[in-house]
Amino acid sequence: MSDSTVNTSGDYVNFYQYKGKHSGILGWLLSVDHKRIGLLYLGSMVLFFLVGMTLGFFMRLEMWNPGQDVMGPQTYNALFTLHGIIMIFLVIIPGIPAGFGNFFLPIQIGAEDVSFPRLNLFSWYLYTIGGLLAVASLFLSGGPIDTGWTFYAPYSLRTGTEVIMPLMAAFILGFSSILTGVNFVTTVHRLRAPGMTFFKMPLFIWSLYSTAWIQIIGTPIIGITILLVVVERMFGVGLFDPAMGGDPILFQHLFWIYSHPAVYIMILPAMGVVSEIIPTFARKTIFGYGAIAVSSIAIAFVGTLVWGHHMFTSGMSDESRWVYSFLTFIVALPSGVKIFNWVATMYKGSIKAETPFLYVMAFIFLFSIGGLTGLVLGSLATDVHLHDTYFVVAHFHYVMFGGTIFIFFAALHYWFPKMFGKMYNTKIANIALAIMVVGFNMLYFTFFILGYLGMPRRYYDYLPEFQGMHQFATVGSWVLIAGILLMFINLFLGLKNGKKSGNNPWGGMTLEWTVPSPPPLLNFKKIPTVKYGPYEYEHYDEVTKNVN
Amino acid sequence: MSTNSTTNATHGEEHGHEHVHDLRDDYGSKLGMWLFLFTELILFGGLFLLYMAYRYQYFPEFQLSAKSLKIWMGGLNTIILLTSSLTMVLSIVALQRRKIKASIYWLITTIVFAFGFLVVKYFEWSDKFAHGIFPGGEELALKSQGEKVFYGLYFTMTGLHGLHVIIGMIILGFILVFIVKGKVSPDRFALIENGGLYWHLVDLIWIFLFPLFYLLH
Ligand code: HEM
Ligand SMILES: [Cu+2]
Repeated sequence: MSDSTVNTSGDYVNFYQYKGKHSGILGWLLSVDHKRIGLLYLGSMVLFFLVGMTLGFFMRLEMWNPGQDVMGPQTYNALFTLHGIIMIFLVIIPGIPAGFGNFFLPIQIGAEDVSFPRLNLFSWYLYTIGGLLAVASLFLSGGPIDTGWTFYAPYSLRTGTEVIMPLMAAFILGFSSILTGVNFVTTVHRLRAPGMTFFKMPLFIWSLYSTAWIQIIGTPIIGITILLVVVERMFGVGLFDPAMGGDPILFQHLFWIYSHPAVYIMILPAMGVVSEIIPTFARKTIFGYGAIAVSSIAIAFVGTLVWGHHMFTSGMSDESRWVYSFLTFIVALPSGVKIFNWVATMYKGSIKAETPFLYVMAFIFLFSIGGLTGLVLGSLATDVHLHDTYFVVAHFHYVMFGGTIFIFFAALHYWFPKMFGKMYNTKIANIALAIMVVGFNMLYFTFFILGYLGMPRRYYDYLPEFQGMHQFATVGSWVLIAGILLMFINLFLGLKNGKKSGNNPWGGMTLEWTVPSPPPLLNFKKIPTVKYGPYEYEHYDEVTKNVN
Repeated sequence: MSTNSTTNATHGEEHGHEHVHDLRDDYGSKLGMWLFLFTELILFGGLFLLYMAYRYQYFPEFQLSAKSLKIWMGGLNTIILLTSSLTMVLSIVALQRRKIKASIYWLITTIVFAFGFLVVKYFEWSDKFAHGIFPGGEELALKSQGEKVFYGLYFTMTGLHGLHVIIGMIILGFILVFIVKGKVSPDRFALIENGGLYWHLVDLIWIFLFPLFYLLH
């Protein structure tokens, strides 16, 4: 036994107790251990999420009465822009891959770490620098950016607010995202344990793998687009400014060529987590493993072709409009395949309705509403009516928040015992979830109705006849936020004084459940040899017998 | 005992980091490099898309403006970059054949060529600047919209490429230091290979830029 190691739990030292070159805070900030980096990401994201949530809270307060309540129009513009930037670029794009992916990808494929551990740490620094720059830009002379998170030209070229700095922040964040993608693809190709063929990989890995490809292919395009806006503002180049011969529609094309696939960067990893949780709690092999795996790739592929559905009203030829509309409907197919397979897995399973599973149920409910209303927006005629109304805001909150963020929370609850070796209070966790679902629907379902009735988005003011519904939605936001806070407090208490959880509290079969909680530094005592697929419960005893 | 195996596995590292697994995976690092280069290609791909769209929109103006660029300067730079790709390969091969000195000389030659490229670029740009043709310049302001877009693309794309040349020089400079220090050696040459790949990419992108701006009349 090495003398410097604290040994409290029998015969191994977990990655928290492990003493490297540096100790204390530096032991984290300079660590190249994928688990610590994953936790760094998770911690920073939770913080950013809480900031973004607070901004949303204030936006809703402003909508209590028509006219000005707590802030003027300029402040409101800054708030929704920041809210969007934080939630999109700092929370849900890095979200599951950078946080849980970093922590669990190597363990689930039976590797010691990712292929490029130092590059991994570097990406986290880029992420942090990007986030700090975005925040710092608020205090520069021009004042907070007010373009919306889409930075549409020519407004972003002309507004007097500080645009360059947040754009550089987004560029840096994109770079971080690319490096994570490169790292993950290489890791999946090079570091799988003996016996783990591609079709024996857990579905979470499949989803991370497809996501990584979208990150690699899509992100450079937003990178160059953002850079062009910066160059144009700094040097007056004039590629998007119509006054100088540029074309703002081209900006929109470039922007959405990335940003539509980005919604798959956001949702695919969440779907991967769902595909982990369902078999574990149904104690059954997932139905249609191959179909789920391949549908991730199919979504990634078709998904890169449909960006034009964001521009139906921007001035496009009729041909491109129906082509984009058609392709949009096609993407619904592989997504439907997944939902069908999940439901089929649960059918006749012996279901344990624990907290992560309940989150998945909430997800299926909310995501279905989001997905179906997506078809409404993908259809030309209805989109022309609903474009840039609260209907759209409702749709994307159902998909992104009800979809990805709910699964982010599910993942927190699912892997919490593995990451920390402790358990939270499950009863309170369930109550928090119930409160969140109620508040969520009060808030965003009302948005569907408001949008349908013609309430435009991004307005700080509205007609008096909408007041009742706006107030109802605002109360909903309080309920939702109360639920979220309760959830975080409960997790925090679990972290501080939760009971020891054991190594495999849910009876999972993927490799992370065969190592101690929390895992040791290099994850495995001995790199495992994989014989069975990830969810073949008939081999449960054999696979999990090594848990110590 | 497991602690021991853990600590053993962690101390193969010279850089003072906590742990990096000992497994050296040259193939993996090359794969990572290829993926990264792919993203760089797509980055420029976005610009090529823009070029295509605008050339279609402003065909006559693009033809007109392209004639004002000096082909011989672009040509000279093409030759410089192509040659530098060759010297880069020679440097890698020399290292693999354990001729460390030769490798160092070829690498320095490559960096000198890169610098030469920038010098030519400098004269080319300053010539345009002197005539008031630059974003925001008084002469350019009088020109048609299509010409403004052409020069906008010209300065952006060659500028971004120039930036990549500079980054390439920095990377090659680091590799040079590593060779001198023996960290990149005949038995450990993945890094110089990856640097070479990057340099070929810089070359390749120029091979696309050259005809687009100088030759298509
Ligand atoms: C936590 C509670 C949240 C509240 C109360 C909230 C509320 C709002 C409100 C009131 C708007 C402005 C709608 C408009 O006028 O267009 C908005 C916009 C937006 N929200 Fe949220 N939201 C929340 C969470 C989220 C989450 C989790 C995400 C994404 C993961 C998200 C993404 C966005 C985006 C992208 C916009 C558009 C911003 C823009 O127009 O530039 N929000 N949200
Ligand atoms: Cu889209």
